Parts: sequence; C-alpha cells; structure tokens
Amino acid sequence: MGVAHDLWNILWDIETATGMVRLSIPLLLAALGGLFSERSGVVNIALEGIMLNGAFATVAVTHALTHPAVGALPAGPWAGDAALAPLAPWVGVAAGILAGVLTALVHALVTVTAKADQIVSGVGINLLAVGTTQFLCFRLFQSTSNSPTVPSIGPLDLGPIQDGAWGRLLLGYSPLAYLAFGVLLAAHLVLFHTTFGLRLRAVGEHPRAADTLGVSVAGFRYAGVLISGGLAGLAGAYLASDVAQFTQNMTAGKGYIALAAMILGKWTPFGALGACFLFAFAQKFQFALRGAPSPSLQAIPSQFTDMIPYLLTILVLAGLVGRAKAPAALGKPYEE
Amino acid sequence: MKTRLTAILALAALAALIAGALAPVARAESSIRVGMVFDVGGRGDKSFNDAAYRALERAEKDLGIPMANMKYIEPTQTADRETGMRNLAEAGYDVVIGVGFLFTEAVNAVAKEFPDTKFACVDYDIQAGKEIPANVSALKFREEEGAFLVGAIAALTSKTGKVGFVGGMDIPLIHRFQAGYTAGAKAARPDAGVLVNYAGVTPDAFKDPTKGKELGLTQYSSGADIIFHASGSTGLGVFQAAKEKGLLAIGVDSDQAGEAPGHILTSMLKRVDVTVFEVIKEVKAGTFKGGPHVFGLKEDGVGYVYDDANKSLIAAETIAQVEAFKAKIIAGEIKVPNQ
Repeated sequence: MGVAHDLWNILWDIETATGMVRLSIPLLLAALGGLFSERSGVVNIALEGIMLNGAFATVAVTHALTHPAVGALPAGPWAGDAALAPLAPWVGVAAGILAGVLTALVHALVTVTAKADQIVSGVGINLLAVGTTQFLCFRLFQSTSNSPTVPSIGPLDLGPIQDGAWGRLLLGYSPLAYLAFGVLLAAHLVLFHTTFGLRLRAVGEHPRAADTLGVSVAGFRYAGVLISGGLAGLAGAYLASDVAQFTQNMTAGKGYIALAAMILGKWTPFGALGACFLFAFAQKFQFALRGAPSPSLQAIPSQFTDMIPYLLTILVLAGLVGRAKAPAALGKPYEE
Repeated sequence: MKTRLTAILALAALAALIAGALAPVARAESSIRVGMVFDVGGRGDKSFNDAAYRALERAEKDLGIPMANMKYIEPTQTADRETGMRNLAEAGYDVVIGVGFLFTEAVNAVAKEFPDTKFACVDYDIQAGKEIPANVSALKFREEEGAFLVGAIAALTSKTGKVGFVGGMDIPLIHRFQAGYTAGAKAARPDAGVLVNYAGVTPDAFKDPTKGKELGLTQYSSGADIIFHASGSTGLGVFQAAKEKGLLAIGVDSDQAGEAPGHILTSMLKRVDVTVFEVIKEVKAGTFKGGPHVFGLKEDGVGYVYDDANKSLIAAETIAQVEAFKAKIIAGEIKVPNQ
C-alpha cells in the first residue's frame, strides 16, 4: 500500500514532469544536432566534445564581459552596465553556438573533405575537447576544475500565473528551453518539408543518385555537420547557463546519451524528443525515489536506482521499439 | 608551399604555447617547499578544496613561504592522485598534502617510498589493524558535530518543518554529515522531517552541479525549505536551485555565503584551512608529528557561520539554543551519532 501509493504520488507529481523537461533540454538539443549530421550521412559521435566546447565558450565569454575588477585586472567592459550586462549571458550563448560550429567544422574537414573515418574523428574531437577546456580553464581561472560563477539566463518569472498546475507544468523554464522546442519544430519542418531537407536526406541515403542530379554531396554534408555543431554548442550553452558556471568535463556523457536518444527515436525529431523524455524521466524518477516517504523505497540502494536509465536504454534498444534503421549511406565517405 | 608555411607557423605557435605552460617558475631556495594534490572538484569548488588552498595563501602571508615554492595539482583520474603525490615527493617538496579521503591508499604507498618527506592527508581513512606511516599526519574531523549544529539551525528556522540534505558520494564520510544533521534537526524539533539524496556512488558525485541543482529542486518541491549540502562543487547547483526558488541553503567546509548572497542560511565550517596551515607551520618549525589528529567542536575544527551576512536570517533565540547544544556536545553530554 505504502509503496504503491508513494510511486503513484511520484508519477503524478508535477515536479516529476517539470524535472523531466528540464533534464531533457540539453539531450534534445544535442540529439537534434546529431540528427542533421547523421541524416546527411556523417556519424557525429563528436557531440560530446562539441557540447563541452560550447559550455566553456559560453562561460568564458560571459565572464570576460562581466567579471568584476580583480587586482590589476580591470573589470569586464559590460560589468555594472545596467543596459548591457543583462545581455552578456545571451552573448555567451551565441559564443557557445559559434564554438560548436567551429568544432564541427573540424569534424567536417576531416570526414567530408579528407574522407577520414568518422568515428575516429569524433573520438579525437571528444578527447581534445576535454583537454582543451581544462587547459583554457586553468589559463583563465587558475583551476582545471571550476570556473567562477557567471551571470546566467534564469528561468522565466511570470508571477502568480505560474502557481497553478498548468502554470507549473508549462511556464517557468529557462527561455532556452522554449528555444529548444522551437528548434524541434523547425528541425521537423526543415528536414521533411523543404527542398533543403529532402536534399540533405538524399545525400545521406544515396549520395550517388543525389550527385547525379546535381546536388553537392560535400556541400550538404558540410551544412548537416555545421548545423549539428551549432545545436550541440547550444546544448552546451544550456548546461553552462543552467548552473551558471563551467566545471571540468561537465557534459559527463550527455553527448553520447543524446546520440542514443537520436537512434532510439529512429532518426526523427519527435522520436528523439520521446527518447530524451524517457531518459530524463528515468533520471528524475530516480531522484524522487530517494526522497520518497516509505522506508522500503528509500532502502533501495542508490547503486540500483543509478542504473535505471541505462537499464531502460538497453531494454528499449533490445526490441521494444522494433528495428531502428539508419540512413543508408551513414558513415561512408563519398568518393566521386 | 603556402600550406607548408602555414603548418610550420601553426606548429611554432603550438610549441610556444606549450613552452609557456611548462616554463619553470623561479623559486627561492631558502624557504621550505609545499606540494598539494587536490580532491575531486578541484580548485574553485568554493568549499573543501578551496579551504585547503587558503592554507597555502596563509602560509605565504604568515610564514613567508613564497607562492613559487608551493605547487598544487588537480588530478583528473584516480590513478593521477598517487602519481601526483609521488611526483611532488620526487621533486623534493618538504611536505606533500593530499586533500581528501581518496588519498589514503596513495599516501600510505608514497610515504613509505619517501621516508624523509612529510605527508599530510585530510580525511585520512584510518583502518583497524593498518598502521599509519610515521611521516604521515592523518587529519580527521568530527563532521557530525558541526552538522548537528547546522541541523538544529535548519530545523528551528524552517517554516515547513521539513529540511533537506544533499550528499556527494554515498560513503561513510558523508554519512557522518547526514547523521549529525538529522540528529541536530530532530534534537531541536522532534517532528522535523529530513529529506536525503546522494548525488552518486562514484567520486564524480562531488563535481556535478547539474545534478545538484536538480536534486535541490526536487527537495524544495517536496516541501523542504532549507537544504544542507555536503557535496563539493555539486552543491553549487543546490545554491542555484535555492536562488531560483527563493529559498535557503546551507554551505559546507568553507563559508559559502558569497555563492548565493541572501540564500545561504549558514555554512558548516570544517577548518581544513587551519589544520593544513598548522601542518605547514610544523614542518617549517621542525616540530612535525605524524599520526592521527582529530578535530571536533572542542578543538574548533568544525563549527558554523554566524556573522553580519546571515544575522538577519537566523533568530537570536535559535543561536542561543544552538550554543547550548554546542556546550553540551563539548561537555560530552550529547553524543552525536556518526552514521
């Protein structure tokens, strides 16, 4: 009775739903990024590193603009400026996106122009990002582990309208979360309802045919990978903005989880959304379980609750959703 | 030709960068040299590690040891901890300090290899039947005593009667904080509810602010209005949650009031800064003594913050009651559970 009642309470708690949405945002943005790259035929395992670079760039730029004077170092140009200072976190987010695009450019150069192995390039970028961000973090902040706290984009505050059940469910997220859902819609429309999307998918399914019809395979693959970088960079910016700082390797595997979500969602935007919700729900459920009132739920070892998300992933991948079919030319460099 | 030139220029720039990073720092030979290897979370965690770093800053100021003679390493992986300590010992540092219980095995191993070097390990894990090497100072704290006091402050200040605890890694060391906090809350207010979450079961649980924030939001929405964290930089996420919800949090190890002004009810102090400084002072004076050193309320090794920054958040009667608890703990009338 107690246990069932507790579980019911957790499932129906609005906080479970809002927490799920919050946790799913970085995964969703990165998964949508991965979608554009993979639909064009380029495996993008580099999402993890791109996110990390995006997170760092966001914090570094926001800090540069707004930090207070320390010793001989003068304050940032926008520090204390009532008009400009609130814009700094947004400039930071833009920098995160830019850093993502630049990192993805490396991936595109290596895999599309140089036609090298896409997995190797991705792993290389991920390892490089861990090192680079630590190195730069130490150079800027004398710590390889943490940046100072920087101004960030907080959640929406619309007053009492947020207090009701629907208000709590739909309002009160970071503006970046609403942006993410906008990106989701845009990704669906672009991929499946525009000429650009059709050509991008054609290049990923049958590049020879696309080439014969005069579609630039390399051009569309560059576009796919760079869009992917921008979105993964935005995902990193969201992570940094969420906690208002950079910490060493703060993506902690979220890039890989996003990639799994994209595959689980069968390479479609709304499928990816469902998968991201599933992963985020598992995580939030685990948090709520630890705080449950009934002792038998609390007695569940945290090691067990920690594995719930991974267990779910394996179960779902093992057959609950049928076979996921990748773009036919995924992972294959195109030789003209 | 042009591409080759670009490549050479790029390589040269890279080489310059690396050379700059590795350039040896000139050091004064006269003074002693201090090496420190940080715990998970690293410098800038505003908590445990930064408390240890403050000992170095104080050693520069009060003992005149130039910063150039003090080196610190932030390891990224478990294996790097022992390597870091060995490297510092090999380089001839007079005292090498490992910050955190994770260094226990490493310091045991390295201390035997370098019997002339002095070592200190914060939160050293004393195991029955295992001898502490003579050149190791094992710094231990009775965290539960400090946690008891902030637990009492939390319960007496809470409007909902529910308070939260966010721990880092799920291990006995952090259980001591939880046990003391819960006991303190219940002692001050028998009907107080305490919500408990741990961020994980690996050392990474001490450096995950994203998770800390979500755990904080979970507890706040379950009715807790004050959360105490003992979780390294993960706790910075708890503070973010407190800011967003307009509620209160309690810092740990260092005075963390500056991290979320107006939202930090108090901080449980663990004077890693003082104890590590004392070790450096002893090494300099030649009075270093190995073995276990345990610090509790009586030794002023743990405590809580009550100053101008949080005076308006805590009622005077609360402080009176907490001071009474403190006196009883020091007198041995209250035994604080540690697990």
